[in-house]
Amino acid sequence: MPLVSFHDVEKTYRSLQGVDYPAVEHFSVEIEVGEFFCLLGPSGCGKTTVLKMLAGFEAPTAGQIVMDGRPVTGASRDRGVVFQGDDSLYGWLTAVENVEFGLRMRHVRKAERRERAMHYLELVGLMSQERKYPAELSGGMKQRIQIARVLANEPKMLLMDEPFAALDAQTRSLMQIELANIWQTTRTTVLFITHDIDEAVTLGKRIGVMRAGPRSQVKGVVEVALHGARSRTDDVFLQYYKHVYEMIRDEVAKSIARAGAP
Amino acid sequence: MIRGAGGAARRVWSVYGGYAIGFVSLFLIWQLASLYVVSSVLFPPPTVVFSKGLRLVRNGVLLEHLAASLQRILAGFIAGSLLGIPIGLAMGSFRPVRKLLEPYTEFLRFIPSVAMITVAVIWFGIGEGSKIFLIIYTTIFIVILNTAAGVSAIAPNKIRAAQSLGATRAQIFWHVALPATVPYILTGMRLAMANSFTTIVAAELIAANDGLGKMLWDGRLFMLVDEIFVSLVTLGLLGFVVDRMFRWSIYTFAGKYSPAT
Repeated sequence: MPLVSFHDVEKTYRSLQGVDYPAVEHFSVEIEVGEFFCLLGPSGCGKTTVLKMLAGFEAPTAGQIVMDGRPVTGASRDRGVVFQGDDSLYGWLTAVENVEFGLRMRHVRKAERRERAMHYLELVGLMSQERKYPAELSGGMKQRIQIARVLANEPKMLLMDEPFAALDAQTRSLMQIELANIWQTTRTTVLFITHDIDEAVTLGKRIGVMRAGPRSQVKGVVEVALHGARSRTDDVFLQYYKHVYEMIRDEVAKSIARAGAP
Repeated sequence: MIRGAGGAARRVWSVYGGYAIGFVSLFLIWQLASLYVVSSVLFPPPTVVFSKGLRLVRNGVLLEHLAASLQRILAGFIAGSLLGIPIGLAMGSFRPVRKLLEPYTEFLRFIPSVAMITVAVIWFGIGEGSKIFLIIYTTIFIVILNTAAGVSAIAPNKIRAAQSLGATRAQIFWHVALPATVPYILTGMRLAMANSFTTIVAAELIAANDGLGKMLWDGRLFMLVDEIFVSLVTLGLLGFVVDRMFRWSIYTFAGKYSPAT
C-alpha cells in the first residue's frame, strides 16, 4: 500500500474578479513508503499547489488525498515542510531553538530535545552554529536549519518545496549531495518539488513529470534506476536527463506560450 | 584584535562624539544668538537658563514639577500599552474583532488628545485622573494600530511551519504570532511615548497644579522668561533621554526580534 495517494485531485482558484483558474485537474499519483519522489514541472504548472494540498494548507476542490489510509484534512506533524524561502524560520530563536521547536510544542524535556536537536544539526553539518540567529547565517545554512527542524520532529514524510532554488549554484549542488546522504541514512519518504531536471535526476528515485498548467496533471513517471552516488557525467545519468528533458520540453514551451512572455 | 585604552576611547568617541558636538554647537549657537542677534530679556542665553535651572533644582521646585509630569506619563503610558497590546493582537488575529473595533479606532484616533482635554477635565477634574486618561487616550490607538499591523505582517509560512510541526492554535499564538509582533509593539510604544510628552504639556498648561506644563504657564503669567526656558530645556532633555532609553532597550532586549527574518 502506498504511503500517499492522490485520487483525481482538482484545485480551482477563484480570482477577485470571480474568474476560475483550474490549477490542477485529475491529478493522480502514488508515493511509496521510503521513496524519494520528485515532482518536476515548468513554472506555474501547479507543483506547489500539489504540495500545499498534501501539507494540508489548502483543501482540494475535488478528489481526495489519502495518507496512511486516512484522508488529509489539515496540517499535521506527520508531514514536515521545508519551504523555498527563509521566512518560515523564527528569527527570535537561535538555530538550535528553531530545530527543537516541534519537540518543545510536544513538551519534550529540555535536555532530551536539546540532545535530539543537536543530533540533527550535526546531521546537516551545522553543529558549531547552534547559538546563532537565522539572520547571522547564510542562505544555505538557513535551509539546513529548516531541514534539521523538520527531521528533528520525526515526521512520516518530508515535503520540500524547491528548497534549494534560491541558493547559488555551488551551494545548491552541495546541498543536493548532502540531502541525498541524509535520505540514505534516514530513509524518510520525501516529496521534492523542483523545476530543475538536473536536480530531479540527481535526487529522485522516481520523477513525476507534470504538464503545463492550467488543468495540470502528471504526464508520466520516470523510475530512476541509479544506485549510490550519482554523477552528472555518467552516461546513464545523461540518458535519464535526456529522457526527462524530452518529456518536459513541450510542456515548458506551452507554459511559456500561455504566459505570453519569454 | 587587541584593543588598548586608545581603542576604547576611540569607540566611545565614535558612539557619543557626534552627540557631544551636536549638543555643544546647539547651545553655542543659542548663546551667540541671544547675546548678539536678539539681545533681549525675552530670549535668555543658555548660561542664564542653566544657572536658573540649577537654582530650581536646588530648591526642589524643578524636580517636583518633573516628577509630577513623569509620573502621569508613565502611569498613562503603561496603562495605555497594557490595554492596547491585547486589543491590537485580537484585532490583528481575528477578522470579526477587527471589523467590530475598527470603527472605534478609526474614528477616535483622529480626535487629537489635545481636543479631549476639555471633556477630560469636565469628567475627571483637574487632578491626576484627567491627565492619566489623556495619556492613555494618546497611547492606546498608536499601540493598537502598530500591534495589529505587526500581526498581519507575519509571514504566512511562519504559521504554516508551526502547524506542520504540530503546534496547536494557542501555541502558535504564544510562540509565533506574539514574538513576531514584538518589534511592531515596541515601535508603537516608542511613538506613543513621544506623543505623551505633547499631550501632558498641553493638559498641564490648561489645568494642573503642578508639572512642567504648569511651570510654563506660570512663567507666562508672571513673565518669568527664565523659568519658561528651564521648562522647555527640561522637556527636550527628558524626551531625548527617555527615547534613547527606549531605543536602547529595544536594541538590547529585542534586537534579535528583528523584523527582517
